[in-house]
Amino acid sequence: MTDDRVFKALADPTRRFLLDLLFTRDGRTLTELESELEMSRFGVMKHLRVLEDANLVVTRRSGREKLHFLNPIPIREIHDRWIDKYTEHHTTALLELKAELEDES
Amino acid sequence: MTTATQPATTQVYRIYIKATPEAIWDAITKPEWTARYGYTGLASYDLRPGGAYTVAPTPEFRAAAEAQGFPCPDIIVDGEVIEAEPPKRLVTTFRMLMDPAMAEEGFTRITHEINPAPDGKSCSLTVTHELEGAPLLASMVHGDQEASGAGGGHAWVLSDLKSLLETGSPLAG
Repeated sequence: MTDDRVFKALADPTRRFLLDLLFTRDGRTLTELESELEMSRFGVMKHLRVLEDANLVVTRRSGREKLHFLNPIPIREIHDRWIDKYTEHHTTALLELKAELEDES
Repeated sequence: MTTATQPATTQVYRIYIKATPEAIWDAITKPEWTARYGYTGLASYDLRPGGAYTVAPTPEFRAAAEAQGFPCPDIIVDGEVIEAEPPKRLVTTFRMLMDPAMAEEGFTRITHEINPAPDGKSCSLTVTHELEGAPLLASMVHGDQEASGAGGGHAWVLSDLKSLLETGSPLAG
């Protein structure tokens, strides 16, 4: 059920763009993020809310400011759960093929 | 408008764990737990402001480090307890001593916060690492050198901690 929220959050180009912005420079204010997008402040807030609900963005207060940080953990969990399983198989299959071909020669 | 002062040097990680705040607190602060996940050090906290914080290597850790040609110091990490409010909030300084260049960077600051989630069955654990003036440590705890065997940093440690608390065994072999 957490996976659903993460996949849903990632299934939108604006939200992926926001994550890329934070990846480049973490800990930004809403105002800074908004300045990179042609979208209303309210629109950006809505997207950030979805990212926060999916735990992909975590906010911290710093004085009067609210800073947004990229939290890599949900993506790591998806990687461990979904990507590793399949890529491992592919690498193993390729390594076996390599071994077989090299044996023949 | 320029508002960026400290941002880029702070890293924040949040993970949800199906466990009680007390269990998570123990897993962070007690050596019998810290030896079982992530970098597997033996943590020692004097849980009062000004108290000492150290991490010592397990015999296995020391042997592995020395096998790779790294001389392993008796204390891998040192620091000071700034705030300890069990089982909710722990603030310490943190200096990595495994590598002389990282040791040179001096003390950074780590805050652990444990909050029961609204579902009543899990807690969020948030780790905030303030890394001003410590680019080498920042890169390591960010997991940038995972491929070269330096471990995956906070995200890796926290995933492993979650796995240990929820299933009884860590992810790392």
